[in-house]
Amino acid sequence: MSLTRRLFGGTALAALALSGSMAAAQDDPVRIALVVKALGIGFFEAAAEGAEQAAEDLGNVEIIYTGPTDTTAEGQIEVINSLIAQQVDAIAVSANDTDALVPTLKRAMDRGITVISWDSGVAAEGRELHLNPSSNSLIGNMIIKLAADELPDGGQVALLSATTTSTNQNTWIDEMNKVMGNYPGIEVVATVYGDDLADKSYREAQGLMQSYPDLDAIIAPTSVGIVAAARAVEDAGKIGEVNVTGLGLPSEMAGAIESGASKSFAIWNPIDLGYSAAYLAHQLATDQAEAGPGATIPMGRMGSLTLDENSEGAMADPFVYDASNIDDFKDIF
Amino acid sequence: MSDLSTRHIPDRLESPARRLLKSWEVLLLAVAVSIFIANSFASPYFLNAWNLSDATFNFTEKAMIAFAMALLIISGEIDLSVASIIALASTAMGAAAQFDVSAATLVLIGLGTGVICGAFNGFLVTGLGLPSIVVTIGTMSLFRGISYIVLGDQAYRGYPAEFAFFGQGYVFWVISFELVLFAALAVIYGILLHKTDFGRAVYAIGNNPTGALFSGIKVARVKFILFVLTGLMSGVAAICLTSRLGSTRPSIAFAWELEVVTMVVLGGVSILGGSGTIPGVVIAAFVMGLVTFGLGLLNVPGIVMSIFIGALLIGVIALPRLVDMARR
Repeated sequence: MSLTRRLFGGTALAALALSGSMAAAQDDPVRIALVVKALGIGFFEAAAEGAEQAAEDLGNVEIIYTGPTDTTAEGQIEVINSLIAQQVDAIAVSANDTDALVPTLKRAMDRGITVISWDSGVAAEGRELHLNPSSNSLIGNMIIKLAADELPDGGQVALLSATTTSTNQNTWIDEMNKVMGNYPGIEVVATVYGDDLADKSYREAQGLMQSYPDLDAIIAPTSVGIVAAARAVEDAGKIGEVNVTGLGLPSEMAGAIESGASKSFAIWNPIDLGYSAAYLAHQLATDQAEAGPGATIPMGRMGSLTLDENSEGAMADPFVYDASNIDDFKDIF
Repeated sequence: MSDLSTRHIPDRLESPARRLLKSWEVLLLAVAVSIFIANSFASPYFLNAWNLSDATFNFTEKAMIAFAMALLIISGEIDLSVASIIALASTAMGAAAQFDVSAATLVLIGLGTGVICGAFNGFLVTGLGLPSIVVTIGTMSLFRGISYIVLGDQAYRGYPAEFAFFGQGYVFWVISFELVLFAALAVIYGILLHKTDFGRAVYAIGNNPTGALFSGIKVARVKFILFVLTGLMSGVAAICLTSRLGSTRPSIAFAWELEVVTMVVLGGVSILGGSGTIPGVVIAAFVMGLVTFGLGLLNVPGIVMSIFIGALLIGVIALPRLVDMARR
């Protein structure tokens, strides 16, 4: 066994050297691996579509869309090991574990592979930059803007959040309160908590409509709450009077948009996210840009990404979904 | 082995199908070699010392458990809680690591947790006489459930730097610590099963537990020891995996029990007990490692890989039966 392996090893080295010199002679495509949490998830399939669009824009780029079968760090490590072995030019990963991927990704970087994380991040030492779909301040502004845009003459709005201790929701609401001055005439009359449970959120939304008969909008910055609130509005026959908006998933909100209970809502656009991730990876892998605190890196049709002190950046405002585009997205995620 | 005065219990029963199985390891080795050659043609990146070294991590940890599992299955029992024992042992080590304990202490905690879990399974099966498949389906949920209660959506990290050696260290050039441990354990379990009285007893129990009992073999005690060994090996795997990942989440090693059992059965161990060898399991480990790595290099999606492994397993089990039928 050891002899055969040595023999094979010898030929292999020769073959590798040969293929290496051949590769240098040709103009090989830049190979970018888009590693997702698990295959078969609509959100990531859409991101892969976006990455392919970036490849078209950039030209001479090959996208390798891959990931494990279930959302484990071990599975992603196996996938990344095989990508390192293939000497891809860049790895853009949405991580199942912030820390567990770091040793493997460090090894990838040691071997000259560009590594970035997107959507779900990797600890700073395991990547060159992290692409957030949006930022807390952009989300905070978006949720109130969605409600205010439907209320040109001002009005009463109420918040239906997740739990009192939900870090994400609390941060977004804080950010929203900071920009309230830009929306004169809009009054937040109450904040209630549905604990991200469908039935409790539904009852809380009912309670809001009873307590505030003149309520114009319910803002639910949670995908559970927004669906429950829309159903409560439908059941109360208040479509057209109370507009439900916030953050939700197109697949779950398609009915509410159709019935009119919700005029519009927002969430990040996975296609744009995959596009930006691939574009950024290409910029770094081809040395057209360098990641680091304060750096600004172009990402094609999505503008450019500015990195903060942790080399993280926010892609864009959350994407707005309404009657005009919901059909294109409801089957995706 | 042939001129012992004690009663000889054969490793395998001599039926036509079993006779084919006799060359099982040879057949499997041929499969391994052909996969190796096919891979070297399919991908230019396959034959590279570092790449092959990286690929061994795909199977070393699972194979360590598979050795103990092989003995357990030969004795007619099974342990489906091994992956959950990894989760619990890793959680215990992670909790301890928060108190700045040494790497050696962490190792002891990992091994200790494995032994306790194995002993618990062993007690339920041999002490209370419950069927092992039911017991270990239960403890599969129980052990991982504890990890979920402790950790929720959080993770333990902050393991001491020297703890990283077990899963990330190299003994010599591309030879990782895990690979050396895998080889050493293969030898130890090979000797235990094929060269000791204990190994004879394991075969005897698997072939005929009642007969073994009347031959003076302490059936319950042997089975209890096998459960403890399986727990211990899960603890060893937990140490390697935790060290390799550098963090613990409750979903760690999810669904590994099926891959471990697949490896054992692919290695020629009869799922009904009574026959099988450690060399077979070793080759099966390499076969599974080579298949996953080779397909990974071609960017074959994981789900297709699972289908491939499943087909391989069914094919390998069906083959002796089909040959048997063809001869009639």
